[in-house]
Amino acid sequence: MPFGNTHNKMKLKYTAEQEYPDLSQHNNHMAKVLTPEMYANLRDKETPSGFTLDDVIQTGVDNPGHPFIMTVGCVAGDEETYDVFKDLMDPVIEDRHGGYKPTDKHKTDLNPDNLQGGDDLDPNYVLSSRVRTGRSIRGFCLPPHCSRGERRTIENLSIETLASLEGDLKGKYYALKNMTEEEQQQLIDDHFLFDKPVSPLLLASGMGRDWPDGRGIWHNDNKTFLVWVNEEDHLRVISMQKGGNMREVFNRFCTGLTKIEDLFKERGHEFMWNEHLGYILTCPSNLGTGLRAGVHVKLPNLSKHEKFGEILKRLRLQKRGTGGVDTAAVGGVFDISNADRLGFSEVELVQMVVDGVNLLVDMEKHLEAGESIDDMMPEQK
Amino acid sequence: MASSFTRVISGRNTAVMLAMGAGTLTSGYLLSNSTEAAERRKCYPPSADFPDLRKHNNCMASALTPSIYARLKDKSTPNNWTLDQCIQTGVDNPGHPFIKTVGMVAGDEETYEVFAELFDPVIKDRHNGYDPRTMKHPTDLDASKITSGFFDERYVLSSRVRTGRSIRGLSLPPACTRAERREVERVVVTALAGLKGDLAGRYYSLGEMTEREQQQLIDEHFLFDKPVSPLLTAAGMARDWPDARGIWHNNEKNFLIWINEEDHTRIISMEKGGNMKRVFERFCRGLKQVEHLIQERGWEFMWNERLGYVLTCPSNLGTGLRAGVHVRLPLLNKDPRFKKILDNLRLQKRGTGGVDTAATGDIFDISNLDRLGKSEVELVQLVIDGVNYLIECEKRLERGQDIKIPSPVPQFRK
Repeated sequence: MPFGNTHNKMKLKYTAEQEYPDLSQHNNHMAKVLTPEMYANLRDKETPSGFTLDDVIQTGVDNPGHPFIMTVGCVAGDEETYDVFKDLMDPVIEDRHGGYKPTDKHKTDLNPDNLQGGDDLDPNYVLSSRVRTGRSIRGFCLPPHCSRGERRTIENLSIETLASLEGDLKGKYYALKNMTEEEQQQLIDDHFLFDKPVSPLLLASGMGRDWPDGRGIWHNDNKTFLVWVNEEDHLRVISMQKGGNMREVFNRFCTGLTKIEDLFKERGHEFMWNEHLGYILTCPSNLGTGLRAGVHVKLPNLSKHEKFGEILKRLRLQKRGTGGVDTAAVGGVFDISNADRLGFSEVELVQMVVDGVNLLVDMEKHLEAGESIDDMMPEQK
Repeated sequence: MASSFTRVISGRNTAVMLAMGAGTLTSGYLLSNSTEAAERRKCYPPSADFPDLRKHNNCMASALTPSIYARLKDKSTPNNWTLDQCIQTGVDNPGHPFIKTVGMVAGDEETYEVFAELFDPVIKDRHNGYDPRTMKHPTDLDASKITSGFFDERYVLSSRVRTGRSIRGLSLPPACTRAERREVERVVVTALAGLKGDLAGRYYSLGEMTEREQQQLIDEHFLFDKPVSPLLTAAGMARDWPDARGIWHNNEKNFLIWINEEDHTRIISMEKGGNMKRVFERFCRGLKQVEHLIQERGWEFMWNERLGYVLTCPSNLGTGLRAGVHVRLPLLNKDPRFKKILDNLRLQKRGTGGVDTAATGDIFDISNLDRLGKSEVELVQLVIDGVNYLIECEKRLERGQDIKIPSPVPQFRK
């Protein structure tokens, strides 16, 4: 229920042309796709929970974007958004996810045994390994649209479910609004704490409402498995550890996720998923696996090589600074992760990261030794 | 408290989920039945949605009880504006221990009626006991009634009067659609084009102005920018920026109108020096002419006897008027009685950057505290008399004479 959009029927008094947003300065996927005609066709629709076209696109209207960075510019308020507004969402998804068609099927594979290798990324170069994804609980509205009651229910369900985890997954929940100063400092030191979003991309969609009500962080005692509740998605699930054993990280990730899913099912809830879009999340960019598997890796020589960008592109990898998205690299250390989310399974994406990072580290070693890497150039994956 | 309740709800949800899940797992990838989702939403009683206001310090949080929330939660104005939308800004912005913000906004004129059970106590709290249920607000824009409206310009550097006006029949900035906002722009800009003589001027649309025009407007301190305050953005008034926003000013640059910023319109009359009477005279004349010009086309301003002029924020009801000066008070501002003198005169000091800024040097922005319950003429006269008193104090201190704290100005007419 973001601002002013519950009165969708009232808006229909005005013509589509009178209501059509000015997108002339805009550079995002929504703006590229939303023609006046499409706006006219979709504007009288609503999902069953009342999410409207203007709700979907508000963040893209309010944030024209950047000439160099193409943001998505639209969000889902519930599972049905992707269906009711498919005329908009399908081309946005196709554009964002490398040509993924409305008829394509997405494969889900969370069997860690299918991963080959991955336990021996060179720890002299690979400082840490991490896998994250998101999950939405079917039947509830997503963060842009959920009521306080829904958000609290999601929180309570999550607390109950996570409290049942055992063994190396046993842990504790910290509600954002109740934590002590000490707990807060500890979570900051562990790099676990998330804060109220400040990015206008997120705020304009309504996901910052009622902060910090219903938000919290759960992590296991070993601090290797972490769940964010009600931040940008219902759940964000993170497995991480120092060093290069991505296999172990992925193993824990799959085991933990599967266990959580089973526990939710025992309580009569399931995750939003379908065979076309995979796991349903708030932002279309996170559909499919919602998975970002990455490492912090030292590549001081390779990063200066003129072909670095091309190599990453061929390996279907993406670089970021070690602060995460939109940060710069510090001391030659980069965050390298999969660029794709949809159209490849979890195992396939993690395999790409494992194989790709192995090659990057190999290239780094060659450059260190003064050798050329010209005959090591990979094929486009 | 909330957790046991939601456990009950999740129990009920379980039944609904299972019913939905069994059917849809095998049939396509949609949640098929649209009424199921609507039913699901009804599973939440008002107490499940009642906001957590324990850390909050604003007028809304002081007035909103669970039972008021329960009674008003399912109501909406004819434009479908709801209670949750009114209070979102107050939920998202807990406030400051020293500064009590209002914490709620109106989406349209009817908001103040439909949600009167919450707005009336908030109005009473904010406007010093003004009771909309029993009192009437006086409107008086007859500038000829003003006396002694020319300040000593050795002290007063500039004089200014501002207010807001809303166009009846169109939703307010938190709620308006793009088409409505564009309509406000069209109605007002068309009317302003009819102003003549010393009021004749020009409109600059925010989205279309040239770099040069923009720089000119910044240099003149006329340009307003996209709100960054979370108090405003949480209320939704920055949506679609800068669509249908703009600035109009007359050629003499002493009469200025902001369109679709925090209100439909903000009207400002100002000039250097101490001729507050002339500033107010131009203010009233301009306002009346604009009102006449929109009436010719079948529009009018939102106004009623209870609340005066209706604006987005309850703090601006009544006159919506802030009359103020930039004044030098180097000795008085160091006197420990300064604050009490201001309080008794019903005046407020701000820095010269406006609200929430600090004073530079010894120059202060001094203006009326009140908006509702006194007319425009009364408030401007109060500012004139009060500032004259402050200047008199400053002069006495210059001469080494003592000053007195004046007795408090009476509250309302009755």
